[in-house]
Amino acid sequence: MSNGIPIHIRVNGQERSVEVAPHHTLLEVLRDDLHLTGTKECCLVGECGACTVILNGRTVDSCLVLAVEADGAEVMTVEGLSRDGRLSPLQQAFLDKGAVQCGFCTPGVLMSAHALLGEHPHPSVEEVQDGLAGNLCRCACYQQIAEAIRAAGEREP
Amino acid sequence: MRAFSYARPERLAEAVDLLHTLGADARILAGGTDLILRLRDGTLTPRLVIDVKRIPELRPGIREERGRLVIGATTVMTDVAAHPLVRQTFQALADAAAVVGAVQIRNRATLAGNICNASPAADTSPPLLVYGAVVVAEGPGGTRRLPLDEFFVRSGVTTLQRGELVSAIELPMPGRRMGAVHLRRTRRRGHDLASVTLCCGVDQAGVTRLAYGSVGPRPLLRTDDTGILADPHRPEGEKLAILERMFAEASPSKKSMRASPEYRLAMLRVMGLRAVRGAIERLTQGGAR
Repeated sequence: MSNGIPIHIRVNGQERSVEVAPHHTLLEVLRDDLHLTGTKECCLVGECGACTVILNGRTVDSCLVLAVEADGAEVMTVEGLSRDGRLSPLQQAFLDKGAVQCGFCTPGVLMSAHALLGEHPHPSVEEVQDGLAGNLCRCACYQQIAEAIRAAGEREP
Repeated sequence: MRAFSYARPERLAEAVDLLHTLGADARILAGGTDLILRLRDGTLTPRLVIDVKRIPELRPGIREERGRLVIGATTVMTDVAAHPLVRQTFQALADAAAVVGAVQIRNRATLAGNICNASPAADTSPPLLVYGAVVVAEGPGGTRRLPLDEFFVRSGVTTLQRGELVSAIELPMPGRRMGAVHLRRTRRRGHDLASVTLCCGVDQAGVTRLAYGSVGPRPLLRTDDTGILADPHRPEGEKLAILERMFAEASPSKKSMRASPEYRLAMLRVMGLRAVRGAIERLTQGGAR
């Protein structure tokens, strides 16, 4: 078995080079090798969205991507949202609207919401529901999450 | 996940060689949304995973070429659903691609992977069958073009031969105006596999093509050229009799956790009638060509 394939990825704007085993997922490499533990491991079957990251501009379940596949790619994780220690308007809206309960789904939800706002700066409730269909929140604060995303959309010019 | 080796060929011939040499010990990785699940749960234990995303012949993209719409093998569902030519001319395929999984899955899952995985519940299979899709396979013997109806065998099994891989899916541009709709039944809205998935297309000559899945080992395509299904004025009872014949070979599994066979068969009739009505409506609105 071949082991240790060198890959280069740009994570939250920073160039990173790591050696990865072919059977390690992007999720494992982000958490275990790059120590970016904001991205959560949960269902491992692409149902819950807790491990959502943005890969080359698009949301993916990082549990369903091999790290080697991300060689040469641009990855954004929840750690990339804040600027100079300040929460992004989207993150702030989540706090303001009480959209964070236990918080385990929040990093994935934020990444889906960030991508959604990139595509639809002022999303309708339906667009939020479609855009977030792949993120489960077992505290069930879907209403507050939708409100927070729409509020963040309104805040942006 | 159990360890395996990884290859990322940049030439088609290299991928074909590896596949031919290793047979079932090699597995193709495109979007990975089916493969990685099975690598993780241990139902598949290949020695080699072949990532085909850097092979030029398989590159993502949708283009019109000599009367056909050619969809590259690594084109993902998000792009199939959003492409103007697909939305305009193959609307039911765009609709089906738009309901596969959720955003994260659609950003990764490929149309070709959906076909090669050969799940009877695959949502893109019914519209692809209705539109007469052709699978382009590359192998040691060169290129083969297989009508999709001759591609499916049963869940996970296709008529691809050892060493072959899919490079593209082609859809003939319709010669006649056609209205088509895709319908599915799921346990809940959003992210779920279909209990019944179905597509109906009605063309201006009165031919109706109906394909359905998730009610047997493979999706099935049936054609009605009596003109009865396509006729907006015929009574539904008469149409139902034809639909019953079209659904005669549906054989839903008793073991599925998603829905009972009785429920699926009952829904098949309801959705069949609904899809025929919807297809006629789309044709009346102008259809696509």
